Amino acid sequence: MNRSFLSQYGAEIGTLAIEHLWLTGAAMLFAAAIAIPAGIWLTRSPRWAKPVIGITNVLQTIPSLAMFGFLLPLPWLGERAARIAIIALTAYALLPILRNTYAGIRSIDPTLIEVARAIGLTNRQRLFKIELPLAASFIFAGLRTATVTCIGIATIAAAVGAGGLGELIFRGVASVDNRLVLAGAVPAALLALIADGALGLLEKRFKVPAPESARP
Amino acid sequence: MSAALEFRDISVVTAAGRSLLDSVSLSIEEGSLTAIIGRSGSGKTTLLRTANRIVVPASGQVLIAGSIEQDVVSLRRRMGYVIQETGLFPHFTVERNVGIVLEAEGRSRAQRSQRVRDLLQLVGLDPENFAQRYPHQLSGGQRQRVGLARALAAEPSILLMDEPFGALDPLTRAEMQDMLRELLTRVRTTVLLITHDLDEALYLADRIVLLSEGKIIVNVPRNEFLRSERPEIISYAAAFHRGAARSAQESASR
Repeated sequence: MNRSFLSQYGAEIGTLAIEHLWLTGAAMLFAAAIAIPAGIWLTRSPRWAKPVIGITNVLQTIPSLAMFGFLLPLPWLGERAARIAIIALTAYALLPILRNTYAGIRSIDPTLIEVARAIGLTNRQRLFKIELPLAASFIFAGLRTATVTCIGIATIAAAVGAGGLGELIFRGVASVDNRLVLAGAVPAALLALIADGALGLLEKRFKVPAPESARP
Repeated sequence: MSAALEFRDISVVTAAGRSLLDSVSLSIEEGSLTAIIGRSGSGKTTLLRTANRIVVPASGQVLIAGSIEQDVVSLRRRMGYVIQETGLFPHFTVERNVGIVLEAEGRSRAQRSQRVRDLLQLVGLDPENFAQRYPHQLSGGQRQRVGLARALAAEPSILLMDEPFGALDPLTRAEMQDMLRELLTRVRTTVLLITHDLDEALYLADRIVLLSEGKIIVNVPRNEFLRSERPEIISYAAAFHRGAARSAQESASR
């Protein structure tokens, strides 16, 4: 990749990277807004856990190209490629967030939950002061997995014309120009790495203080 | 004196239909310490948990100062709760753990902070040194002190203690028992203490209740307990002090 290539495509890479981030970011917001409350609800009604997590699991197994294709003919959604992309990415992001929220809260020592009730915390106080903080690092781990997956899958959204860095990759493949493929793939990978790192820091920040294990 | 806490005909049945408590009635005088002893599985913890409605009885009522509190949250805030595992929240500092009930009640930070300092001093912990620590940075005895401070934070009229010192070594346990005894001379509260340590019951309690298979077998003042001729008491007491009994036997035969 030389200087002239970068000067020719630099601005476009920037625009597409922002588009890529916007698609992923919007999908992550939707997914978190659905999956975190749903995960909390499942801890209250555990008999629904299996079927609900099962459904999100099935969503996860749909090949992404097929998913974009399925959504294309739908009214309103099909009108704008970005809508399709965001819905599809949201569907993919649900499982890791839902599963981790559920597992994170369920893994809290039952004694702590009992104490929280026994000392007279209301359900809401128990959730916000005890359960969510104690499950936070789990939930962030779920968000992290979901984000990295979505940044990857978002490259395929270009197939339905939703834009993003996948656009360069598809163009590169079509014109057998590896520089274009790399111009899409490398920034996409960098975005994933940066998002992973940033969410990893958050995950660590919310780790529950615990004793350091003794050195053997 | 009136009953601070009264269990009336409490029966508890598991989902599988097993009876845990069989119409237990027990009245606890205001300002007294009642110890409930008995084997594991005799229903001690279940009885205690009906007081703060962690366990809901199949039948019977729990009265606090003569009346039934309808609102479960305010009921629980009127009762301190101390358990063997301490149940300190690992993500809170000592200060926040102790002040959590006050925080839940919406008291101001300044009020909380002052009250927490007083409470830590009450349980023998230096606030300067301990307020900002996390539970994992404390020893077992210190954690239990913090647990007790938390239970006392909202000035509860009743203190429920479920084997609070059961996991501690004998020396620490003795220190904690002394601390509790001293503390109860300053804080007027009614205590229901579960223990299977007869010595602890004899050392701390005003009354001792022996529970067996979900029924109250004995309910006597402390000083009558060892004088009792009842076989259940004799066998319970004999199960303790066995080491001392053996040593005595050996030195007698020498």
